[in-house]
Amino acid sequence: MATVAAVIASTHHPFYYRASTATGKDRPPFADEWVSKIETFRETLTRAEPDVLVMVGSDHFHQLWLDNMPQFLVGKAPKFDANWYNEEREFGLPRMTLDGEEELAAHILRSGLDADFDLAFSNELRIDHSITCPIITLRPEADLPIVPIYTNIFAPPLPQPKRFVQLGKAIREMVEAWPEDKRVAIVGTGHLSLELGGPRQFGEHGPDPEFDRKAVEWIATGDIEGCLSEVSLESLHQPGNATHGFMDFMLMMGVAGEGQKADHVDSLDLFHTMEAYFTWYPEGAPA
Amino acid sequence: MSKYLLDKFLYTVDRDPELVERYREDPAGTVAWWEAEMANRILNCTTDEKSTWLAFTEDERRALREHDHVALFEMGAHPFLTLTLFIACFERDHGPLEYQKAYGKAMEHLTLPYPDIAT
Repeated sequence: MATVAAVIASTHHPFYYRASTATGKDRPPFADEWVSKIETFRETLTRAEPDVLVMVGSDHFHQLWLDNMPQFLVGKAPKFDANWYNEEREFGLPRMTLDGEEELAAHILRSGLDADFDLAFSNELRIDHSITCPIITLRPEADLPIVPIYTNIFAPPLPQPKRFVQLGKAIREMVEAWPEDKRVAIVGTGHLSLELGGPRQFGEHGPDPEFDRKAVEWIATGDIEGCLSEVSLESLHQPGNATHGFMDFMLMMGVAGEGQKADHVDSLDLFHTMEAYFTWYPEGAPA
Repeated sequence: MSKYLLDKFLYTVDRDPELVERYREDPAGTVAWWEAEMANRILNCTTDEKSTWLAFTEDERRALREHDHVALFEMGAHPFLTLTLFIACFERDHGPLEYQKAYGKAMEHLTLPYPDIAT
């Protein structure tokens, strides 16, 4: 059976690539500290020695569009091209091609459907920065096969927060039931408080530092119950109009499990949004 | 009112480098052309298999023609789409983050709850 080698939850900041590669006067003052935190975070995945990455993210109106919008979608293909013209334009992100792990994708689709998750699928998916940002930060070699799983945190009506948690729990069980002797890391990215295209965008900090503080605490301590008691589709409008991306963190809390304290917790207060990084080792921290 | 059609305009223009430039330089011409030629195209179908019913209201046409991102927000256009396209069009005329901050400041009179963006 497969082993869940690591569970990793992270923000996906599209400016990291440009900030970390900039030099001289183009290099922002916060870049060195950011790079240092990312390199420490990267080591938590490297030490887990994964063979395969399940990558949870959310398409930002790149391939998935309002004429045919899935709530949860699994990519099943031998290859995934990645990053889009407008991400190259705005963030300077490079084009990439990643290998797919089709057998695990097929296993997740079959067992997900049998567990009452009506998962959509795609056999030709061009993935975006919600999945390539963690490749850049956590596995820049981009040498591992992936199974991308997209969630809809973006185009209402959205699934309820509890459904994200339930799907996370199911993904954990499905990966553990995969009859292959492989080490799988489950990596998901979302947001803390965030405002895009509204009056509170691009401030000195994230739009709601108090929400961010609570969110980091919920995630770090695995407090799913506490989180679900305070977070609803309605409440997520308050911290910032793009804060529904926090539900991908809730999905990852479901993967990690109720009450499971993260083995690595870090954050970085940037302009516009707070970065946050979490790693759990279900089988104990590697030596 | 058609939030969906506003979003479709922003989405299809934002993903096409030529249309981004056209919308920056000639918004009125681009909006008129787009509504006549593109509004009823189903993106995953051949050009003959069109829709027949999609059209802007006059307020929507005006907001798009005038690059009025505040009005688009108030109409419930998806803020991510508007922001991304407008950054592509206008960030180049400003210093670092200057455009993004001014974009937010122009909306500072708006309070919660924001307009519903569900389509």
